[in-house]
Amino acid sequence: MKRIDGGLIDRGQELSFTFDGKAYQGFRGDTLASALLANGVQLMGRSFKYHRPRGVLTAGSEEPNALVELRSGARREPNTRATVAELFDGLDATSQNRWPSLAWDALAVNDLFAPLLTAGFYYKTFMWPKSFWEKVYEPAIRKAAGLGALSMQPDPDGYDRAYLHADLLVIGAGTAGLAAALTAARAGAQVVLADEDFRLGGRLLAESQRLDGAPAAVWVAEVEAELRAMDNVRILPRTTVFGVYDHGVYGALQRVSDHRADPGPVRQTLWRITARRAVLAAGALERPIAFADNDRPGIMLAGAMRAYLNRWAVAPEGRVAIFTNNDDGHRTAADLVARRVPVLAVIDGRADAPRLGDYTVMKGAQVTGTQGRRALRAIEVTEADGRATWLECAALGVSGGWNPTLHLSAHHRGKPVWSNAIQAFVPGEGGPAGLAAAGAAAGRGGCAASLADGCRVAGEALASLGLSVPSVDLPAARDLPAGIAPLWHVPGRGRAWVDQQNDVTVKDIKLAHQENMVSVEHLKRWTTLGMATDQGKTANVTALAVMAELTGRTIPETGTTTYRPPFTPVSMGALGGGDSGPHFRPTRLAPTHHWAAAQGAVFVEVGPWMRAQYFPQPGETHWRDSVDREALAVRRDVGLCDVTTLGKIDVQGRDAGAFLDRLYSNAMASLKVGRVRYGLMLREDGTLYDDGTCARLAEDHYVVTTTTANAGPVFRNMEFARQGLFADMDVQIVSTTDAWAQIAVAGPKSRTLLERIVDEADLSNEAFPFMACGPVTIAGGLRARLFRISFSGELAYELAVPARYGAAVMTRLMELGADLGVTPYGTEALAVLRIEKGHAAGAELNGQTTAAMLGLGRMVSVKKDAIGAVMSRRPGLVEDSRRLVGLMPVDPGDKVVSGAHLFAEGAERSTATDQGWITSACFSPHLDSSIGLGFLKDGADRLGEVIVAANPLEGSEANLKVVSAHFVDPEGDRLRD
Amino acid sequence: MLIPHPILGPRDAQEFTYLGDARLLERPDGLAEDAPAAFHDYVYLRDNPAGVHRELWYHEHGDRSWLVVTRDTVTHEILGADLVKGAAS
Repeated sequence: MKRIDGGLIDRGQELSFTFDGKAYQGFRGDTLASALLANGVQLMGRSFKYHRPRGVLTAGSEEPNALVELRSGARREPNTRATVAELFDGLDATSQNRWPSLAWDALAVNDLFAPLLTAGFYYKTFMWPKSFWEKVYEPAIRKAAGLGALSMQPDPDGYDRAYLHADLLVIGAGTAGLAAALTAARAGAQVVLADEDFRLGGRLLAESQRLDGAPAAVWVAEVEAELRAMDNVRILPRTTVFGVYDHGVYGALQRVSDHRADPGPVRQTLWRITARRAVLAAGALERPIAFADNDRPGIMLAGAMRAYLNRWAVAPEGRVAIFTNNDDGHRTAADLVARRVPVLAVIDGRADAPRLGDYTVMKGAQVTGTQGRRALRAIEVTEADGRATWLECAALGVSGGWNPTLHLSAHHRGKPVWSNAIQAFVPGEGGPAGLAAAGAAAGRGGCAASLADGCRVAGEALASLGLSVPSVDLPAARDLPAGIAPLWHVPGRGRAWVDQQNDVTVKDIKLAHQENMVSVEHLKRWTTLGMATDQGKTANVTALAVMAELTGRTIPETGTTTYRPPFTPVSMGALGGGDSGPHFRPTRLAPTHHWAAAQGAVFVEVGPWMRAQYFPQPGETHWRDSVDREALAVRRDVGLCDVTTLGKIDVQGRDAGAFLDRLYSNAMASLKVGRVRYGLMLREDGTLYDDGTCARLAEDHYVVTTTTANAGPVFRNMEFARQGLFADMDVQIVSTTDAWAQIAVAGPKSRTLLERIVDEADLSNEAFPFMACGPVTIAGGLRARLFRISFSGELAYELAVPARYGAAVMTRLMELGADLGVTPYGTEALAVLRIEKGHAAGAELNGQTTAAMLGLGRMVSVKKDAIGAVMSRRPGLVEDSRRLVGLMPVDPGDKVVSGAHLFAEGAERSTATDQGWITSACFSPHLDSSIGLGFLKDGADRLGEVIVAANPLEGSEANLKVVSAHFVDPEGDRLRD
Repeated sequence: MLIPHPILGPRDAQEFTYLGDARLLERPDGLAEDAPAAFHDYVYLRDNPAGVHRELWYHEHGDRSWLVVTRDTVTHEILGADLVKGAAS
């Protein structure tokens, strides 16, 4: 093909680009496809299975063949349709699915084996030997098949997510869409007008038809100018509305800067548009007729040929034939003639075909074959009397009729209905509420008809919203003849392609039928028809028609496959938006985070939080050096740990105690003011859910804590209980996790240290005993809360201050405790200390354990009704004799490994003989031994026994001695000291 | 999906957390004679209708209201939404 005069390209802006390394020139307004065609390049791709040479079939997003890789390096984007890739200066495009080159593709040999590679080939051929699948067949098939390749590098571009609300969303800015948008805009409605193209106008840009006696583009420009000047209209070009979701929510992808060499900060935007009404004005998609060898480069849809001619000023070089079953195909011939392109003939399958211009019509004739490997050379025409002739031609336009682009109307279980008049499916009843199709998308095509229909459908939507409908003066237009007679495929030998992207032929559909694939859904999955990037937009209806013919059913009886979002491919980057890498989820920093960072702390992710894991000191070469030192410092002197991340919930109200009685398995209403109690929460099914402390600050005021991981869920459950289960209670709750910084001060010298910072308070054991709590002031007046609670098993406190003072208080404590050997410790030492003490944490509260298993069965009160209490008394749970025990290796060289399962010595290692598992393990610097906690069958009665811990994942086993879970201070004297 | 919040008006479903059958509001009395049987049904038996369903949604990224939303699970049409507090079963 070649460039001619005219068209809607900006010849003042010449653009350079490359395809397969060769440099070409195009213009602003070109697509990659139109620019390649203008440069005489017809061969743009290789087919999926047979590696047949392919050119463009269409001029839009439905393109099955011209798939290319755009750009290079990390930005390389495979499987991009050249027909919608907007040309920019410096565009670097590469063909794909070929080796070594597009013109000479080694795997084109597949085409010779086509009789073997029919539908279902893979299913039948690669079944045995079974072991070959993973190692031989699949890698080989994957290498041979597939289209473009990913860059395997992180996407360097930014993606945005945005939200819009509208009274009316108009999908498609063609004839009907512009009329609809204009109507709604003038009514004062909030209008969003979206179109996948970079230029508004839709099919008006592709046609020679005039509006008000002027080129249609003039009217389009006038309407666009009017709409752009209105505050209540938002125009989104390069934006595909790809899906309809519940309650008027539409997904749309805007290619913000795909058309720029440097995409800038935002490459694409994913819009979530909430619209009260929507007009689907997406136009129609032309479909081909299947005939032998109908896939050669140079054969394209007649409407696409017209679009390249009129919009992009690209005309075939040499004689052109048209093969059609409808009047629209004749328009291409007429336009070609008008541009002085020689038209060989219009081959019209209809015996009564009209002649709508100055060209030859072969009535009742069909194209029955083609020649030309990499470009069309000749076609075989068989006339009504059976006479077949080979005619030389350089291009063939094919039209089998137009399918309304009804996809979005079928997204909510909408069922398309068949129209005999246009021989196509049109939107039916049902489908998304609030969405109505207009113009060609509704099966009401024709220029004048579409204009009027756009106004009418928009008017109905406005009226249903209570808005008045303005009258819109439409330009003078004409509806051209649109007669059609069904012609889906031309019978005969040779392969007639139905789905060019997936290399599915009429024969494959016949084979599927023979193999008893009776439903269209079977057909699709057996042949892969309608899959991949184009989703069969040019193929599906033709395939249904062939299927219907084979089964003796009508097309509507045969039915369509289900239409699902997205309408065209949406990149994963756009769906992810900015939520990638560190932005995948928010990172929460504890109040002392920056202080800890300054101390050289190593951090670890704990749920959404970053917590200090340990604080390496000079000379420490291994994390264990640091952790051992920190743990020993707590046991010997005093340590500081930021425990802010634990959930804190403030519970207030007259019934606060009664409310907590319901939530915790143990009694909380009886707790005295100024005291703390450890509490267990159960799930309603009786298993352990969470643990924490309840501190009663006043008669009507508690502060409860949750584990870090469950801070959100526990609060959610408490709200459910408060609002839904115990709504009569006078109680309010609020999460204060972020409001208070909380620092654990643990170790024998913790009291001494606290006495240095707490103002005028008596912290003696008598005045402030174990499990005491209360408000204090520190550092000369700062309000704070002090809790005498201990996770480490040492004399310990937790000091809470308003969050913004957290770092300052930590710094002050470090200064005040310097002579006491004060040591900051992280989550690793925290874990060592609690394992040594036998305190439960997440690994012991894993959703499979009970209070009884922790040895805390008596904490489930039988005197009151609490969540989970009834179900915790089920025989199956009560009879579970597994108990938390401590474990130490018999051989000091062995390690306790968490996750290992416990067996009696000599027992078979099987589920049936499994006696429990190890939940937590660490090295105890205090005991100078590896230790662990685990649940062991009859564990309470087996102290002193030796059992086997089997770790089949690592293939290791170790003999362990069963000991008390309380490795340190089993009597609890230290924390009460 | 939009949930017609009884206080805040239509809100996007993304702001909510879903729990399920609103029968969870009918928690049995744990001190009653038949509590074990009643809790068995309460914890394990749920209707999962194709059609109108009363279900619990929590406005977690909003005002923390728990709602009973009446929804057609086939069409996703929402027939109403009430605060659980005082929502008649």
